[in-house]
Amino acid sequence: MSTLLNIFGRTPRARRKAFWGLALIAPNTIGLLVFFGIPVLVAFGLSFFEWNGIRAPEFTGLDNFTRIFRDPLFGRALANTLTLALLVVPLNMALALGAAVLLNQRLPLRNLFRTIYFLPVVTSTVAASVVWIWIFQPRLGLIGIVPGLGTLQWLTRPELVLIPIAAVTIWQRVGFDMILFLAGLQNVPRALHEAAVIDGANSRQRFFNITLPMLSPTTFLILTLNFISVFQIFDQVYIMTQRTTPGGVSGSATTLTFLLYQTGFTRSEFGYASAIALALFVIVLSITVIQLRLQRRWVFYESEAG
Amino acid sequence: MAAQAINAKEQDSAAPFDHISIGIKVVSYAILIVGAFFMILPFLWMASTACKPNAELAVSPIRFFPENPSCLEVAGQLYEQSPNFNRYLLNSFIVTVARTVGQLITCSLAAYGFARYKFPGRSALFAISLGLLIVPFQAILIPEFILIKSLGLRNTFGAIIIPGVFSAFALFLLRQAFMQIPIELEEAAEIDGANPLQILWRITLPLSIPAIAAFAVITIQAAWNDFLFPLVVANTTDTRVVTIGIALLQGQRDTPYNLIMMGSLIATLPMLALFVMLQRYFIEGVAQSGLRR
Repeated sequence: MSTLLNIFGRTPRARRKAFWGLALIAPNTIGLLVFFGIPVLVAFGLSFFEWNGIRAPEFTGLDNFTRIFRDPLFGRALANTLTLALLVVPLNMALALGAAVLLNQRLPLRNLFRTIYFLPVVTSTVAASVVWIWIFQPRLGLIGIVPGLGTLQWLTRPELVLIPIAAVTIWQRVGFDMILFLAGLQNVPRALHEAAVIDGANSRQRFFNITLPMLSPTTFLILTLNFISVFQIFDQVYIMTQRTTPGGVSGSATTLTFLLYQTGFTRSEFGYASAIALALFVIVLSITVIQLRLQRRWVFYESEAG
Repeated sequence: MAAQAINAKEQDSAAPFDHISIGIKVVSYAILIVGAFFMILPFLWMASTACKPNAELAVSPIRFFPENPSCLEVAGQLYEQSPNFNRYLLNSFIVTVARTVGQLITCSLAAYGFARYKFPGRSALFAISLGLLIVPFQAILIPEFILIKSLGLRNTFGAIIIPGVFSAFALFLLRQAFMQIPIELEEAAEIDGANPLQILWRITLPLSIPAIAAFAVITIQAAWNDFLFPLVVANTTDTRVVTIGIALLQGQRDTPYNLIMMGSLIATLPMLALFVMLQRYFIEGVAQSGLRR
């Protein structure tokens, strides 16, 4: 008995503290395991079964995974998600960095601009999406003030529908990434800029030779977060296509997460939906791992200097 | 004296860097104003449409401002079309408060335990908790739904609230904050006979108010704006949150857009007000942690 207790500490006081520690962490840790940890394992297990939620699950081995590779809808969803990444990530990051660099100057009213740019972040994606539907509404929407754009069927034409979805995503994301870039910019040592000024460097040279390299850890983090968030896009697609064809005409707006939702909750194919979920998880994990690898090549860390 | 002189010199040499030329200033402001215009425009379009009578929705050319502002009439029509809209707002409020308070309790206890106590398995349990952060919530949607259903929680507030009171993100944020508090303060209280809960409540939490505020506003915002999970586990009049209420309006083909915009405006204003009041904490919360989902 006493050896068993020794795991918790050698003195009665250490043991008492160990018990307190375990008691303190218990509620959140158990909750996390039950509601997040176990579901991860269940998702993994379910992906080997066919199950509609009513009849008994039927073990089908790797069928769900081979189906992923044959399913044209999955291919479509993956292509759509990658297209969205292409539309959203570069533009969003450029805008966020631009805003952050401008607002990192000592300009009067800069807090007001920061507030304005952040407002869409605190808005729900649902509310944002309905506003942007109305902006992209043919003939009646705000987009009509740009000649030629007002008559396009933005939300029903398969080759156009990802543009409004990308627009609302960027609008809601720029302010968030701007704040992360601002935090990164504030970590660039002033002394470096001061030294460069003394050496006669102009502001463009300072931006490309000091700011950007020193900012690269932040840029890398934001890039990863951007990709991950694009792979989770759901609300925009659900809201912006529900009146016409959910998921877009012939799946033109279906993202991976939307496909997961449709497979699970519209078609009640829990097993196949779990396989899609696993694929989503593997993709998100790979992005993180790949970028961690690449990061070593192009990210400059201050500690490596000198 | 010498040190002072060096300081003065250093400040002088820093001066040209702080100076922003008029040209750069003008260009900066021009770009910032154009940017701000595009960020605000959707909100103005939302508010302006929400106050347009039906007759003004389909006019060409587009009207930026309603000719006959009829905000109250439109709001009246909204409640005719969606009689439970206030109920949805109340549901969102209940869920948001419960999730935030619940997370504050479970996560501050756990953060305190991880920050200040030694016990077997501490680093493993902390690593597992944080490891869950990389699992996208969408990836466990199906098992989460099955779990909620088998616990008999489907279409109850518990379905949305209970999984929402546990958080790896809040645990991480609060633990960081707690570890910055000088441990001597807590040790002194311990010698005075205070138990861990009393120390947490009287010393650690009051000293962590900025971190708590940062965590709270981010949790409130996430809970209020949540859509996919409530849609899946709690979609009846009694438990429906306001984001689903808006989606329902949008889903009915005959709902005119002024009603939808009015609903969105009503649902958005509380968060905008909260943000304008507490923006320092929002921005701190975001900046401290790129770790948010």
